[in-house]
Amino acid sequence: MTTTTSTRPQTGTAKISVREVTKEFDLGKETFTALDRVSLDVADNEFVTVVGPSGCGKSTLMNILAGLEEPTSGEALVDGATVTGPGPERGVIFQQYALFPWLTVRKNVEFGLRTAKMSKGERREKADHFIEMVGLTQFADALPKMLSGGMRQRCAIARAYAVDPSILLMDEPFGALDALTRVNLQDQLLETWSREKRTVVFITHDVDEAVYLANRVVVMAARPGRIYDVVDVDLPYPRTEEFRLSHEFAELRNRVWNSVYHQTGPDAERTGD
Amino acid sequence: MSVSTEPSTSEPERTTRATDDDKADDTGRSRAVAGPGRGRALLLNLLSVLLGIAAWWGLAAAGFQLPTPPEVAEQAWTLARDGTLADATLASLLRVLAGFALGTAVAIPVGFLMGWYTVARNLVEPWIQFFRTIPPLAILPLAIVLLGIDETPKIFVIFLAAFLTCVISTFQGVVSVDRTLINAARVLGAGDAEIFARVVVPASTPFILVGMRVGLGSSWATLVAAELIAAQKGLGKLMQDAQLYYDLPTIFVGLIAIGVLGLLMDRLLLLAEARLTGWQERR
Ligand SMILES: Nc1ncnc2c1ncn2[C@@H]1O[C@H](COP(=O)(O)OP(=O)(O)OP(=O)(O)O)[C@@H](O)[C@H]1O
Ligand SMILES: [Mg+2]
Repeated sequence: MTTTTSTRPQTGTAKISVREVTKEFDLGKETFTALDRVSLDVADNEFVTVVGPSGCGKSTLMNILAGLEEPTSGEALVDGATVTGPGPERGVIFQQYALFPWLTVRKNVEFGLRTAKMSKGERREKADHFIEMVGLTQFADALPKMLSGGMRQRCAIARAYAVDPSILLMDEPFGALDALTRVNLQDQLLETWSREKRTVVFITHDVDEAVYLANRVVVMAARPGRIYDVVDVDLPYPRTEEFRLSHEFAELRNRVWNSVYHQTGPDAERTGD
Repeated sequence: MSVSTEPSTSEPERTTRATDDDKADDTGRSRAVAGPGRGRALLLNLLSVLLGIAAWWGLAAAGFQLPTPPEVAEQAWTLARDGTLADATLASLLRVLAGFALGTAVAIPVGFLMGWYTVARNLVEPWIQFFRTIPPLAILPLAIVLLGIDETPKIFVIFLAAFLTCVISTFQGVVSVDRTLINAARVLGAGDAEIFARVVVPASTPFILVGMRVGLGSSWATLVAAELIAAQKGLGKLMQDAQLYYDLPTIFVGLIAIGVLGLLMDRLLLLAEARLTGWQERR
């Protein structure tokens, strides 16, 4: 049950490749191992979800992929090149929305286009396209404070999409939302993803969400943070409510659930092999 | 902060650039103020002022050593007509504005530097902490000895008063910028310079404006006190002279002028604050 590396795709052809990444935090006297030799390959246009108990290093892994943090050892590769910092090919969506509160929805979406020195007209056109994509056209000139949580996250998604990244990194993007909004946004995200394909790494602590969205679910374990299990979800898109209620879904969901909530410690795991 | 590789020299100029295109819309806020309750609030305010004046009049009539409101009004009219009041007001205002403008103009870049670069912070902070404990007015004797008895020492003291409050709040503003917002800007491709201009500056504007308001208040208070001690003209000097001749109405005129002007300046900054920081979520 414990496969630390996935069978597909082969290293070298992967869009994202995490190789033996270890991250230690210095806590004064001792060091804390947030990630312990994590390896993972993600194929082009694959939708990978990462689940695991709180504190297992999901955000740390994402920050390393985003280039916001450096691994202590090992490396993360994107398109074969080592990640050394943030890059326009990687869009990031944070749990706390991270919208600039002093900018309107449109200006938020234009933010990355401005850094890319795009002309005003082009910027506007592009921003409007993605604002429409997430259904916020009516609120293009509203400030974030006037938006609901779900609308804010949609704005953040539009902002990430606008710079046209080939990879989307999402850290519990729907974590703060109510169940209904969450399901709606999941469907919207899949819809968007099937229209404009991207490689997605999506972190969540919600098992249903992980299975519903993914090509592949990566289950992590804590202390030290590591990959515990990888579950393939070989079921076709588009996924609908029917899928949510299906037998296959329930089976996979149970499997992932067991992986997340009945994790054996690292020692037990070794003897179990 | 980890995002600090930029040379320090070009920062102030970026400060100005930041606001033009990213400017926040101020929809909603001004509208929120005007409501059905607004008229009633004003009415109550007015009533309260009138009651206060009536009480004052009552006390004066009851034999307290106070000038009556008409006496004060008459004196105000006299002083206004012969230009004394305008001269004194202008002298005070020019001083406070010069000192305040200089103080904030220096404080904002220094505060940003302190927030952005640990080295700058550690170099500047001990001095600021030290001078903060000294009331600006206590510097006046030294300033007069060193800088002469004309305008310079007074403006310097006001400069100090404005600088100290504003530099601390600017610094606070910069260090409390939400890390996530800086990360969000970084992953959207912004470099240090852009993060500074498009994230740090707007995010710390509310802090700066609060610092400016407090700074203006303390500048004004410091100025009037400085004028009581040493000045050839100004509202403080006007009252100082009146004290010699036991001229209570003039003292009242001076006090009211100081209060009204202080209030007006504060309201002006409050207005600027509402316009510039209306994007803030108020809980
Ligand atoms: N800067 C840091 N300094 C010290 N320890 C840290 C730091 N960042 C994270 N950690 C530790 O690393 C571990 C993993 O943190 P991380 O945020 O990646 O967890 P997570 O899986 O995202 O958890 P959650 O589901 O609660 O978001 C935690 O135990 C945390 O305390
Ligand atoms: Mg996390």
